[in-house]
Amino acid sequence: MRAISIIFRRELAAYLRSPVGYVIAALLLLVCGILFQAKALGEGKLLSATVLQRFFEFSSGTTVVMAIALSIRLVAEERQTHTMILLNTSPVRDAEIIIGKFLAAFVFLCGIVVLSLYMPLLIQVNGKITTSQVVVGYIGLFLIGGASLAIGIFASSLARHQLVAAALGAALAGIMYLLYELAKKLPAPLSTVLKDLGLWNAHFQTSFMQGVFSLKDVVYYGAVTYFFLLLAIKTLEAKRWQ
Amino acid sequence: MIRAENVSKYFGAKRALGPVSFEIEEGETVGFLGLNGAGKTTALRIFACDLRPSSGTVSVGAIDAVRNPHEVRKLVGFLPENPPLYADMQVSEYLAFAGRLRGLSASQLKKRLPDVIEATNLGGVQNDLILTLSHGFRQRVGVAQAIVHEPKLLILDEPTRGLDPVQIVEMRNLVRNLKKAHTVLISSHILTEISETCDRILMLGEGEIIASGTEESLLSKVEPDVATGTWRIGVAVVPKADGDPYREPVVKNLLSGLPGITEVVDAGREDNAQCFEVLADRDIRAELCRALIEAGHGVVRLGGSARKLENIFLKLVQGGDRARN
Repeated sequence: MRAISIIFRRELAAYLRSPVGYVIAALLLLVCGILFQAKALGEGKLLSATVLQRFFEFSSGTTVVMAIALSIRLVAEERQTHTMILLNTSPVRDAEIIIGKFLAAFVFLCGIVVLSLYMPLLIQVNGKITTSQVVVGYIGLFLIGGASLAIGIFASSLARHQLVAAALGAALAGIMYLLYELAKKLPAPLSTVLKDLGLWNAHFQTSFMQGVFSLKDVVYYGAVTYFFLLLAIKTLEAKRWQ
Repeated sequence: MIRAENVSKYFGAKRALGPVSFEIEEGETVGFLGLNGAGKTTALRIFACDLRPSSGTVSVGAIDAVRNPHEVRKLVGFLPENPPLYADMQVSEYLAFAGRLRGLSASQLKKRLPDVIEATNLGGVQNDLILTLSHGFRQRVGVAQAIVHEPKLLILDEPTRGLDPVQIVEMRNLVRNLKKAHTVLISSHILTEISETCDRILMLGEGEIIASGTEESLLSKVEPDVATGTWRIGVAVVPKADGDPYREPVVKNLLSGLPGITEVVDAGREDNAQCFEVLADRDIRAELCRALIEAGHGVVRLGGSARKLENIFLKLVQGGDRARN
């Protein structure tokens, strides 16, 4: 637990110091703002709840992209800059390294996602939205962001270079998203299984995006996060002490 | 402190090290000497628990490194070839991070950090970003992170790599000071580095130990005459110009007649000077020079044996090559 805290603080400080973190945050907010104007406000008169749904729809996409962008450096950069050996030769467990890094990236990601809160508040100015719909939507964003971060860290643990990690992370997240589309072409029961494994449609679009809190979907995102973090830990173990 | 038995390391099918066996006592400073690719770094990374040996057993401080790598990591401080530095951190912040990773508490760090910064002479840059430091300072920060937790075993892989002559001397002095409190392993292919800082030398060639011992004991293996007290003196003489073009026998006869000289060997010409290699039972360079000048000859070069460790290294490496061929 102590090692997790040490690594968490180091990584969070690295995000806060690095211009890369701020550039990613600025880009996210810029893209969100443009999409908010184009997709939510710019399409005539809509119900406030619909506008908010659209906000969470595109925000989930930008959150996934940002999570992958934030996570690719976590292990691959350490290898590229030869700092991994400091962690490897310290009495720190692989799980502590991965969890510390994940938590730092997650806190930074949540902080940036929360900055987009001004958009739902803008809806409130001229419309009427419920706090619960906003809160549930943001919980969904945090959960899908956490799962995407875990996918990114796993990709980062596989690669020696950040560009390779980025490509791997994007491919994995893309596959997880497209599972639902693929499932439509397949017969049951395979299609049912694949639909349920998809990252977005079955677990975000039908629940958090609508303002519906679903424990089943919380468990799903928790499981995806756990699974990819476990893969990252095992990959680090295999590469560290070989 | 370290006990290695039949340790080998393979990367795929390629053998990088071993099988090698040796022991290093607590408080010793041992130099790993070898050409590039000889297996020095592989051996050091195994002792630092960065690499797992393919076979054999390694124990550090009586702890099995394969079964309990975490326990061994607590005892070891490691400076790899490329110091593991986070460019975005300040020096003192980085050292605190490295100390905490190795288990130091906040109060222990508070006491320990000033000592480490003083020992490595980093006081002037402790609040600077590592990004802004010169190569020499970065190397010192690398040493500082390796000693911050007061490890019993300190492993330094090429600590003077890329340093300028002034920085090399500073690093050498730093290592000499560290010898007092740690068992130290140093790898280098710079012979003077090993010669001037280590108590014992392990020479590696193509993954195997080709020699082990003190500089003197290694010398006795390859140059028994020098080791038994015989002096080998090189001298270049410009014979007195008296019209006789064949003066070499005169010079050689003069040298052979001096007390203490056991053998004089012609060593060819060097511009207009005649070179000789003289074997003597003691250091007679002063008498030899005086005798030549009093006889009217010119002395343009006079030296003792060539660098000892260099001779040992070349002979052992070449001997190893011949044996393998």
